Amino acid sequence: MRSLVEINAVAFKTMVVREVRRFTRIWVQTIVPPAISALLYLTIFGTLIGSRIGEMDGHRYIDFIVPGIIMMAVINNSYANTVSSFFGAKFQHYLEELLVAPVHIVVILAGFVAGGVVRGLAVGALVAGVSLFFTDLKVQQPLLTLLVVVLTATLFSIGGLINAVFAKSFDDVSVIPHFVLTPLTYLGGIFYSVKMLPDFWEGVSMFNPVLYMINGFRYGILGSSDFDIRWSLFVILVFIVGLGSVALYLLNRGIGIKQ
Amino acid sequence: MNALQIRGLAKTYDSGMVALKGIDLTVQEGDFLALLGPNGAGKSTPIGIICSLLNKSDGAIEIFDHDLDRERETCKSHIGLVPQEINFNVFETPRNILITQAGYYGIPRREAAGRADEYLASLDLYDKRNQIARTLSGGMKRRLMVARALVHQPRLLILDEPTAGVDIEIRRSMWKFLSDLNAAGTTIILTTHYLEEAESLCRNVAIIDGGEIVESGAVDELLSRAMVQSFVLDLEQAPATGIQLQGYRLIEQKARQLEVEVSIGTSMNDLFAQLAAQDINVVSMRNKANRLEEFFLRLVSDNKKDNAA
Repeated sequence: MRSLVEINAVAFKTMVVREVRRFTRIWVQTIVPPAISALLYLTIFGTLIGSRIGEMDGHRYIDFIVPGIIMMAVINNSYANTVSSFFGAKFQHYLEELLVAPVHIVVILAGFVAGGVVRGLAVGALVAGVSLFFTDLKVQQPLLTLLVVVLTATLFSIGGLINAVFAKSFDDVSVIPHFVLTPLTYLGGIFYSVKMLPDFWEGVSMFNPVLYMINGFRYGILGSSDFDIRWSLFVILVFIVGLGSVALYLLNRGIGIKQ
Repeated sequence: MNALQIRGLAKTYDSGMVALKGIDLTVQEGDFLALLGPNGAGKSTPIGIICSLLNKSDGAIEIFDHDLDRERETCKSHIGLVPQEINFNVFETPRNILITQAGYYGIPRREAAGRADEYLASLDLYDKRNQIARTLSGGMKRRLMVARALVHQPRLLILDEPTAGVDIEIRRSMWKFLSDLNAAGTTIILTTHYLEEAESLCRNVAIIDGGEIVESGAVDELLSRAMVQSFVLDLEQAPATGIQLQGYRLIEQKARQLEVEVSIGTSMNDLFAQLAAQDINVVSMRNKANRLEEFFLRLVSDNKKDNAA
C-alpha cells in the first residue's frame, strides 16, 4: 500500500509529463508562433524603428526591448497553457480522471501550474535564442533573472487556471488574454521606460503588476530598472500568494468543476 | 466489512432540483449490487457524490470504513469508476490514457505500463493500444473506460451503465469479465437499464425512484415477491371468436398472438387446456420480459401512482 505522499509525488510527475506531452504534441500551435512574433517585433521595433530611436535608459533600444519581449512570451504562454489545458480537460470531462483519483488539490494546482511554467520557460528560451540574432545578450544577474521569470510564469499559470475554472465556453477562455492581459503587458513597459511618461500616467502605471515583472526581468538582464528590484519580487510574490489561495479555494469547493 | 455505507445522503442541485432525498444504502465487501431506476430517478447522483464528482447536500458516506469527508484521498484510492459518458482525452492513445490514470493513483510509469498492457489485453484492446482513442468504436471506448477504472486495482468498482449502446456479443463478454472480477473479490456496483443484465450478474438490487430507494434486497428475494409474470403465446392461426380465459388475465390479443398474465405458482397446463378447448393451438411461447423487469416496472408504476395521489 502506497502512502498518500508517494501517490501524490507520482501523480505530480504524471501531470507534468502529461502537460509537457500536450503542448509539445501541438508545437506548431504552442511553440512556433511566439518565436515568429518575437522575430517580427525585433525586426520592426528593434532594428528598423529602434535604430532611429537611439538609446533608452542608457541601453541600445533593441537591447532595452529584448527582456520585455521575452517576458511577454513567458506571460502569454504560461497563461495560455493552463487556461487551455484545464478548460480542455473540463470541457471534454477528462478532468474527472483527476477528480476521482486520490490526488490532493495542492498537487492538482501544482501539476497544471508546472505545465504552464515549463511551457513559459521553453518559449521564453526560444525567444531569447531568436533575440541572439539581433543582439548579444549578457545576463547581468542570472539567478535573479531565473527567479523572476519562474515566479512570473508561476503567477500567470495560476491566473490561467482560475480563468479556466470560471470559463463556460471557448469565448471565456480568450476574453481575459485579449482584454486584460494584452493591454497590461503592452502598457507594462516592454517598449518604453515609464520614466518617459507624464507624472500622472507614471503613477497609473505603478498599479500595473506586469510592469514590476518586466522591470524585474530587465534588471536581471541589463542591470537597470525603473524602480527598486525588491518591489518587483514583493509584488510578484503577493500576487502568487493571493491568486494561489483563490485557486486552491476554487478547487477545494469544486467551484466551476462540480455541481 | 462494508465496502460502502451511505446514510441520509441528500442532494439538491443549484437549480433547486432535489435529486436525492436522504438515501441509506449498505454494500457488503464482495457484493455485486445493481442500482436500478428509471431515467432521471437519481441513480447517477449517488455515484457522482461517492466518486467526488458532485458535492452532497447532506449525509455521510463510508468506503471500507473510511469516512469520505475526513479521509477523502484514502477513500478515492479504493474506488474505480466507469462513468456513463465518455470522459477520456480522445486525442491520447489507450495505453497512455491508462498509464496516466495509473500515475494519478501513485503507480510509477514502468509498473503502470505493464498493468496497462495487461488490462488492455484482457479487454481485447491490446491491438488498439497505440491508436488515437477518438478512432475507437463505441464498444471499444466503453471497454477502455473499464480498463482505465481497473488499472489501479480498486476494491470497489462502480459502473454507471457500462454496456449502454454496446452490441450483445460485447455485452456478454463484459458480463463474463465482470463476473470473474467479482469472483476474484472486487465489490461491484452497477447501474443499468438492461434488467436482464442485473438479474444475471448481481446478487443484490436497490431500486431508486424519485430520489428515494423504494426497494432493496437480494435479487432472489425480490423475484420471489414478483407475484405474476407475462407470457407471449404465438398461435397457429387467428382465433375465430373472442378468447375466454378463467384464472388467467388476457392482457392483449393480436391476430396470431396472445399476451397472458399468469400468477406465480399457477399451473400452465390449465391455460393450455382452456385454449385447446377453444380450438386454439399454441406453437411457441416466451416470457414477455424477464422477471426482474416485470417487478421493476410494477414497482415504478406503483410509485408513480403513490406520488400522484
